[in-house]
Amino acid sequence: MREIGDSIQDRFRIRFAIRLALRESSYGFRRIGVFMGSIALGVAALVSVHSFRADIARSVQDEADVLMGGNARFSHDRPMPPPIAAVIDSLRETGAGLARVTTTMSMVSAPRSMEVRLLQVRALDKGYPFYGDVTTSPVNRWGAHLDPDRALVDPAILTQFGIQVGDTLVLGLSRLEIAGTVNGLPTDLAYQTAIGPRVHISQATLERSGLLANDGLARFEILLQLPDIEDRRGIRERYQDVLQVESVNYSLAEEQAERLSNGVRYLARFLGLVGLGALLLGGVGVASAINVYIREKRQAIAVLRCLGAGQATAFVAYLIQAAMLGLLGAMAGVAIGVLVQQQLPTLLGNIMPVVVTTRFSPTSALAGLGIGLWVSLIFALIPLLNIREIPPLAALRHDFEERNQRWDRAKLLAYGLLGLSIVGLCVIEAPNAEIGLGFALALALAGGLIVLVGSGLRLVARRYVPASSSYPVRQGVSNLFRPQNQTVSVMLALGLGAFLIGLITDVGGNIQGDLTRSFSTGRANMLLFDVQPDQVDGVSGLLPEATRQYLEATPLVSSRIVSINGRSVEDLLDEPTSDESPRRFALGREYRNTYRERLGVAEEVLAGEWWDDAQVPGDSGLQRTDGLAHVSLEEGIADALRVTLGDTITWDVSGIRIPSIVLSLRRVDWNQLEPNFYAIFEPGVLEQAPQTVVILAQVHNDAQRARVQRELIERYPNVSALDFSRVQEVIENVLVRVRQAVGFLGIFTVLAGAIVLIGSLATSRVQRMREGALLKTLGAKRAQVLTVLFAEYFALGLVATGSGLILALGTGTILVPWIFEITYSPQIGALSLIWLGVVGITVGVGFLGSIDLIQRPPLPVLRQTPE
Amino acid sequence: MIVAEGLQKSYTSGGRPLPVLQCIDVEVAQEAFVSIVGPSGSGKTTLLGLLAGLDQPTAGRVYLDGVDIFGLSEDGRAEFRSQNVGFVFQTFHLLPTLTAIENVLVPLELKGDYKGAYDQAEALLIRVGLGHRTGHYPAQLSGGEQQRVALARAFANKPKILFADEPTGNLDQATGEGIIEMLEELNQVSRTTLILVTHDMALAERAHRVIGLVGGRIASDRPGSVIR
Repeated sequence: MREIGDSIQDRFRIRFAIRLALRESSYGFRRIGVFMGSIALGVAALVSVHSFRADIARSVQDEADVLMGGNARFSHDRPMPPPIAAVIDSLRETGAGLARVTTTMSMVSAPRSMEVRLLQVRALDKGYPFYGDVTTSPVNRWGAHLDPDRALVDPAILTQFGIQVGDTLVLGLSRLEIAGTVNGLPTDLAYQTAIGPRVHISQATLERSGLLANDGLARFEILLQLPDIEDRRGIRERYQDVLQVESVNYSLAEEQAERLSNGVRYLARFLGLVGLGALLLGGVGVASAINVYIREKRQAIAVLRCLGAGQATAFVAYLIQAAMLGLLGAMAGVAIGVLVQQQLPTLLGNIMPVVVTTRFSPTSALAGLGIGLWVSLIFALIPLLNIREIPPLAALRHDFEERNQRWDRAKLLAYGLLGLSIVGLCVIEAPNAEIGLGFALALALAGGLIVLVGSGLRLVARRYVPASSSYPVRQGVSNLFRPQNQTVSVMLALGLGAFLIGLITDVGGNIQGDLTRSFSTGRANMLLFDVQPDQVDGVSGLLPEATRQYLEATPLVSSRIVSINGRSVEDLLDEPTSDESPRRFALGREYRNTYRERLGVAEEVLAGEWWDDAQVPGDSGLQRTDGLAHVSLEEGIADALRVTLGDTITWDVSGIRIPSIVLSLRRVDWNQLEPNFYAIFEPGVLEQAPQTVVILAQVHNDAQRARVQRELIERYPNVSALDFSRVQEVIENVLVRVRQAVGFLGIFTVLAGAIVLIGSLATSRVQRMREGALLKTLGAKRAQVLTVLFAEYFALGLVATGSGLILALGTGTILVPWIFEITYSPQIGALSLIWLGVVGITVGVGFLGSIDLIQRPPLPVLRQTPE
Repeated sequence: MIVAEGLQKSYTSGGRPLPVLQCIDVEVAQEAFVSIVGPSGSGKTTLLGLLAGLDQPTAGRVYLDGVDIFGLSEDGRAEFRSQNVGFVFQTFHLLPTLTAIENVLVPLELKGDYKGAYDQAEALLIRVGLGHRTGHYPAQLSGGEQQRVALARAFANKPKILFADEPTGNLDQATGEGIIEMLEELNQVSRTTLILVTHDMALAERAHRVIGLVGGRIASDRPGSVIR
């Protein structure tokens, strides 16, 4: 036992290694401490994002009951069916708090200002919301909406209608006095009011106003006050079957909170990837620094070996130094990260589902510390293993036989660990494993290709830099390959930095472009519905002339399904429910179908074929001559109805039965503000059916939109107008905030890259100083020395950044359609600016680091700098 | 006792083997002071490196104190050096990031001698006349002072054998003289075997025995001419 102990002691001499590491630490910190700045930045980005994620999760859960206004909720698109109503009655008997919330849309007018708008109307019971405080103006008016003939309104209504508290609103058959404004409803999310400001009334007022008669747009909810979590979970367990049969949704406050924060959490995970990019860049910097450090320490290590230090002792001594520096960097990173954590909620501002309170998260700090230390060590390990290659003989002579680089198990293990760590970190930080693996693969490819480009540059510079070019240019380019110049690691840092920034810019630009195309100024912002076919021309005439060319009029035909493949809906509904049976909601619902010749911009055919002009039958009757109308179904509804290509569906269109055959299945991008449909008929079938028309219009002027709405109510009272310019504003706000947050964390990547660049240039500074002094001694003028420097840094920046950005474009080409499912268009302009910027920074940093070289006379430099 | 048998060393140059040492057979008695001389490229430093187990020979064996050092692993040889061998180099090779006393502590700590190590290191520095500069870094010391620290370091683990490679090569004559006197004194007091590589004949002649190398072979082996 003692022998084994002695042997371990002899082989590793841990105590000596620790003492040596401690004694050398201040020198090591001075020499390569700057690289730890890049680790600190990466850790800061990660810690801030991790803490932010913890803040969101905590804040949302803390506010779950307040966000819902209760502990649980039933919701349905029709009044609660009798079996559910019975459940609710039984709950009332047990003493549970209940409050109905019915939301609908209605045209509302203000007699005093003559304004008319489509608004959300919410009818509430006493008690709602069970949690949280409502702020009103004048104060303490919440509850006034329960009075007959009174309403509370969102403040925007007063502005939009040009009216005041005390004025009257006309809502269906009711005239209501505005008792006050609701300035803060705790259940509100920022984007919820975007669909339009709301009028809050009582359930009794809603019934009296007649708005619910024949209203398919209403949403019926019943909120429960059941503070015991087991009680509300028990309801789901007990009534699961009836809820499913009746297609009534039942959700708990905590589930809703979880859902509401999903989007921001997903975003925070993307931000995590951006932070990880900065940290990995720091890792490249550490590898480069340790490589230089070990080369500098070559002789000292050889002396230690002469004096009896084993390979392991020397290795451990420098591993401890790398760990100490990594730990210091990570600690600084945690401190910066905690400060940055406070900024993220501000940057994301009102797109957060709740007010996010920040709190120090020990888990995030520890994780940051651990990840920072690990990344430092894992990147340092490969150059540290080269210590084993340093023979003691190196202390005696420089010209001994160099050993070939060993590719032994330890090195393979180190590379394996590095690869696994990067993949692991990417998977942990990414929104899902697929994206994490993709990101890791992209990084690996980018890293590999940049190293290849670096090696290629070496060949090109050696062979093809024209002999006719001036001496300073040739010297500058060949300097790239000066021993210890770290060209490959600087290229890797610059190239990977450019790659990450380029990718963020390219992907961000594409997403924004897509959303802009979907929602923004180029698209419609008014929806006119319930237009009768003979009113289309008249309604269009009310719109500003310049906007008429952008009108899209789409017919809507109300239909219900009668049978599928010959089996009636009643039979299908009577069947016991199984996985194969059609979903009840899909069988029983009313469909608003359309007919058209071409696919819409948000659609693509997944299976089957789309009809073309040649197939359109000449007649304009209600049915095709073969008896089966061709129909295209959206993939989701086809799945819910359990139908596929070739299946037949018979529709009831205003009492007329229309048999149809499924000719194609479509994928629809429901996120685009286009009129999209579950079922589309080929032209020539539904033209004569009773129908209304939806018109999408693009009217960008606020005043014009107000005028159009006024004239519509006067001349076409059956037509409703929805102004969703506010929705566009909210979406643009989200885009701006997201771009700000990504850009903010992107800065960490840029800074980490800059630190690696500065550090790498600093490590070869002594050699550069000596060369410059020698050149001056030989008669070179300052301008010539500067040209040498310029040629070196320019070539480095140009090639490294160029290859990183070209790789970013390549990755964007794959990533944008694959992950984000949008059409890719390269952001050449923005990437070119990044190219110029990074080349400029490289040259600038290089010059700044070489000021001494220009200013100092050659002799002192030659004396002070060793060969 | 140092014994070298059939020692050969070749390097590869331009793909061909380049012999540097050929058939070296030599024995050095315990506590002897032997100098190895020869012109540049004669193989002096290579022989020193092989005798100290710093490099692998192409052929041959070396026994130090009866131990076949090339029968040991690389770490085994390092361990052997930490217990038995000291070094003095031409360019001093102090660890620049450690103070004078920390440099002297290195062999003691590597040997595992922590108890009393500091006092021992300080005593050695006092003995080489640097008791007042223990906390100075190498860059703050003159060349002669640095070599004296190196001497203190070399004798710190009480080596049985001390290898010195051109220890005065980077020093002026007077300083060099002082270093050699110190080496001789420590050799006598500590009863260490001293192997000195030099191209300074005056210095070499102070040894008990002078081995001359030419073209990688022993060309002469005779007693030193300085009468003590």
